[in-house]
Amino acid sequence: MFVLRLLLKNAFRHRLRTLLTMLGLVVAVVAFGMLRTIVEAWYAGAEASSSTRLVTRSATSLTVPLPLAYAERLRAVDGIDSISWSNWFGGIYIEPRNFFPQFAVDPSSYLALYPEYRLSDEQRLAWFRDRQGVVVGRKLADKHGWKLGDTIAMRGTIYAGTWSFVLRGIYDGADAGTDENQMLIQWAFINETMKARSRGRGDTVGVFVVGIRDPANAATISQRIDAQFRNSLAETLTETEKAFQLGFVAMSEAILLALQAVSFIVIVIIMAVMANTMAMTARERLAEYATLKALGFPPSFVVRLLFGESLLIAVLGGLLGMALTLPLAAGFAGATSSLFPVFRVSETTLLLQLVVALFVGAVAAAWPAFTMSRISIVSGLRHVA
Amino acid sequence: MQDLADAVPLIRIRGLHKHYRRGEQDIPVLQGIDLDVRAGDFVALMGPSGSGKSTLLNLLAGIDKPSAGTIEIAGIDIGTLGEGALADWRAEHVGFIFQFYNLMPVLTAFDNVELPLLLTGLTSRERRERVRQTLELVALSDRADHYPNELSGGQQQRVAIARALVTDPTLIVADEPTGDLDRSTGEEVLALLSRLVAELGKTIVMVTHDPKAAARARRLVHLEKGVLVDDGMAAAPLPG
Amino acid sequence: MNAVPMSYVVRNLWVRRVTTLLTASGMALVVYVFATVLMMSEGIRATLVATGQPDNTIVLRKGAGAEINSGISRGQAAIIETLPGIALDAAGQPLASKEPVVLNNLPKRGTGKPSNVTMRGTGATGLLLRPQVRLVQGRLFRPGTNEVIAGRAIAEGFEGVQLGATLRFGGRDWTVVGLFDAGRSGFDSELWMDADALMQAFRRQNYSSVIFRLADPEGFDALRERIDTDPRLTLEAKREQRFYAEQSESLANFIRVLGLGLAAIFSIGAVVGATITMFGAVASRIGEIGTLRALGFRRGAVLLAFLAESLLLALAGGVLGLLAATLMQAVSVSTTNFATFSELAFQFTLTPAIALQSLLFALVMGFIGGFVPAWRAARMKIVDCLRAA
Repeated sequence: MFVLRLLLKNAFRHRLRTLLTMLGLVVAVVAFGMLRTIVEAWYAGAEASSSTRLVTRSATSLTVPLPLAYAERLRAVDGIDSISWSNWFGGIYIEPRNFFPQFAVDPSSYLALYPEYRLSDEQRLAWFRDRQGVVVGRKLADKHGWKLGDTIAMRGTIYAGTWSFVLRGIYDGADAGTDENQMLIQWAFINETMKARSRGRGDTVGVFVVGIRDPANAATISQRIDAQFRNSLAETLTETEKAFQLGFVAMSEAILLALQAVSFIVIVIIMAVMANTMAMTARERLAEYATLKALGFPPSFVVRLLFGESLLIAVLGGLLGMALTLPLAAGFAGATSSLFPVFRVSETTLLLQLVVALFVGAVAAAWPAFTMSRISIVSGLRHVA
Repeated sequence: MQDLADAVPLIRIRGLHKHYRRGEQDIPVLQGIDLDVRAGDFVALMGPSGSGKSTLLNLLAGIDKPSAGTIEIAGIDIGTLGEGALADWRAEHVGFIFQFYNLMPVLTAFDNVELPLLLTGLTSRERRERVRQTLELVALSDRADHYPNELSGGQQQRVAIARALVTDPTLIVADEPTGDLDRSTGEEVLALLSRLVAELGKTIVMVTHDPKAAARARRLVHLEKGVLVDDGMAAAPLPG
Repeated sequence: MNAVPMSYVVRNLWVRRVTTLLTASGMALVVYVFATVLMMSEGIRATLVATGQPDNTIVLRKGAGAEINSGISRGQAAIIETLPGIALDAAGQPLASKEPVVLNNLPKRGTGKPSNVTMRGTGATGLLLRPQVRLVQGRLFRPGTNEVIAGRAIAEGFEGVQLGATLRFGGRDWTVVGLFDAGRSGFDSELWMDADALMQAFRRQNYSSVIFRLADPEGFDALRERIDTDPRLTLEAKREQRFYAEQSESLANFIRVLGLGLAAIFSIGAVVGATITMFGAVASRIGEIGTLRALGFRRGAVLLAFLAESLLLALAGGVLGLLAATLMQAVSVSTTNFATFSELAFQFTLTPAIALQSLLFALVMGFIGGFVPAWRAARMKIVDCLRAA
C-alpha cells in the first residue's frame, strides 16, 4: 500500500506531463478501437451469413445475369430445400449520397429463406398483394422518416428511368447483426416493366439464393449445382453465403490491410511519446533512485517503481479511452449507417484496447527501468537534477 | 559508559585501494589505507578536495566497492559481498545522512522516515510506532505530516537523521551534514549528532569541511592525496 | 532584437538526443501516414486521369455512370458514328470505336482470390484512340478470333495471364497473344479483345460505350447538345477525361477523408509528445534562461529560441516521415474501384505539392506543441529562474 501511494504521488507529481501523456494514450486507444471496429464492420455481412444458404451466380462475374429458367433445374438438384432469386437494383434515392442496398426479389420465397427479417403477417400480405410494393428495414425507414403507405421514388441506373414504389412493410432484424438498411422490391414488377420497354430483355436473375438442409453438405451441393450448368449458356459458381460476402470484403482488401497497419502505427506513435515521458521522468529522479539503492532497496525496487508508475498512467489512460470509444462508435454508426449497416464495438476490441494500454505502459518503462536499476549509487547521488 | 578501549574495533580497514578508470587512464584515489574505528566513536574525515575522503566514506557505507584491500565491519568483509547481499547489508547496518538531505519530495516527513523500515519484516503498526519514536527523538513530531518543501533546511536534515536512525543501524555515515545549513541550524544538527553518540552509543563517521563540525567529533582523521596523514588516535580521547 | 543563436537551438536538441529522437519519431510516423494517404489519393487520380485523352469523347446511356451499367444499341451506335464533328482516320473513316464492356472474375496472383477484371471489346480504331497504349510483347488480336491482349497490371497481378496462356470464359477458350503497357492509366487493368467476339460469347446485342475523337476539340459542346436532344438516342456524351475523373472521385475521396481523419487524430498524439518534450526542455534549462535574460536577451528572443527548437524537432520528424513515404512509391497497389466494380491498379504518387503539405503539417504540429512551453519560458522572471536553478 505504501508503494501504491508512492506510485500515485509520483505519477501526478508533474500533473501537466502526466495529463498530457494520458491524453495521448486516450487518443491512441480510441483510434485503435475505432479502426478495429471499422474493420470488423466491413466483415459484418459475412458474419451475418447463414450456413444453410448458398449463393449461385454467373461464373464470369456478378455483373453477368443468369436466366430465370435455371430456377426449375435448380429445384430438382438433390439436397436443396428451397430457392429464391435476387437482382441488385442499384437505384438512387434523391442523390447518390443516400446509398442503401436494394434487391428485386421473389417475395414469398425470399422471406422464407431469410427468417431473420421479421415482418408482421399483415405487412407481408400487403406486400405480396402490391406489385409496386417494397419492404424496408427499420433503420432505413427511421433514417428517412418513411411510414407505411408512403410513395418512394427511385432513379434507376441499371434499370433506367424513374420508379415509384409504395412502402408496404417495415422489417425488424432478429439480432444486432442483421442488416436493417435494405429495401426489397418485387422482381416481377421490374421484370415486366423492362420487358415492356425493350423486347428481348428480361427474365434474368442476378443471383439465386439456395436453401439447404444440412450445412455439412454445402460444398457437395455447390459442386452439384455448378456441374448442372457446366458447358451451358451461362456457367454458374455456387458458394456459401459467407464465402460470397467475403468476396466483397476481399475487393477492398488493400484498404482493410492499410487500416489494420495504421492501427499498429498509432500504437507505435504513442509508445514513442510515453517512452519519452518515462525517460524524462527517470532522468529527473536519478538522485532519488540512487538514495533508495543506498538505503538498501534492491535494484528490482527501482524497476518496480518505474514499471508501476508507467502502468498506472497507461491503465488510467486506457480505461478512459475505452469509455470514450463507446459513445464515439455510436455517433460514427449513426453518421455512416449507409456504409456500415452494423457497427458495434466488440468485447474483443475492448479487451485488446486494455492490452494495448498495458503493453505501451510496459514497453515505455522498460529501457529507463533497466538503466536506472543499474546506476552506480555514487554517481547517482552526485547528480543534482 | 562502557569502556571499549580494548574491544575489537567495529570497523577494520586494511590495505584499502581504490582507483577509477577514466578512458585510458587509471586514476588512483585511495592508495593503501589502514584504519580502525571503535564502536561508539565519532570520527570526522577531513582533507583537501581530491584527498579521497568522500570515497573512503562511500566504501565504508557499502555504496562503492574497493579495488583492493579489506573492509571489515562487525566481522563481515563487505568487499566480498555481492550486490544483492550488499544492499541487504546496508539496509540493516547503515544509516545515511547526505548534504542535500535526499528526501523523497512526494512523501511526508513521516513517510520518509518510514521508508527504510519497508525493508524489514516489521508489521505496519510496528513500523509506525518506530517512526513516531524516532521523530520524537529529533523533535519533529509536530511536523510529521509536512512535505519536505514545507520544511526548513534544518528540519529536513533532522528528518534525514531520523530516517538514518529508524532502523537502529550499526553505523551512521554523514557526508557534509551541515554543508547546506546556516551556522545556527548547523549547530542544532551537530548537537543532535553528538547526542546520538553520547546517549545512544551510535558510531558516526562524518566527512566535513566545517571546523565547527570537526570540533564536535571525537577523532579527526586527515587524508591527503589518498593516504592517511593522521589517524587521529594520538589526540583522540577514549570513547566513554 | 538580438536572437539567440541557432547553434544554441541545434545543440540543445543534440544534447538530449534520446528525447529528440523519440519525439521526432512520433511525428515522423504521423507525417508518414499523412503523406502516404495523399499519395494514394493522388495515385488513383493520376491513373484515371491518364486514362482519358483531352480530345476524346465517350458516349454512354443516360444516367449510367459506369460502362458496365450502360447499353447502346447497334442502331444508336450507327447514328453516333455518322455525326459531323468526329475526326477521320487516314482512310477517311470516322475515328469512333463501339465497345462492349464485361466484368470477369480472375484469381489474383498470390492469394488466388477472385477479383473483377474489366474486359473490353475493341479493335484497331480503339487502339488508335488511345495513344498511351503500346504493345510491349506479342501482337494485337486478330479480328473475329478468340484472342486477347492483357494490360500490364493484369499480367502482373493475376494468375495465369502471361503470353501464350489460355483463359476460359463465356463458354470458350481465349489465348493471350500480347501484353500492353498503358502508361500507368486505368487501361493497364484491362483485358482487350475483338468486340464482336466478346459480344458473341456473352450473347450481347448492345455495346456499352462509344468512344470517338473530336475533329475540333472546341466542338465538344455542340456535339454533346446534339446527342442530348436527339430523341432516338437516350444517351449522353462526356469528355473522356471528365468521365474518368468522375470514376476516381468516390474512391479517391473516400481514401482522402478516411486517411486525413486518421492523420488528424494521430497528430494529437504527436503534438502531445512535442509539448511534453518542450516543457521538459524548459524545465531543465531554467538556469540558462535566467542567465540569457540577465545577459540582455529579450523575452521575445527566448520565445523564438524555444519555438525554433520545437519547429526544428518537428521538421526533422517531418523529413523522416516524408522519406519513409517516398519509399512507398516502389509499391503498387490494386483495389476494387467502387464506381466501376472492377480492379484498378495504381501507384503511390509523390508530388512536390504533397511533399510541401507534409512538411507544413509537421511544422504546424511543432508549432502547436511548442508554443505554450515557449510562451511560459519567455514569461518567467529573471530572479525566479536564477533562484530555481
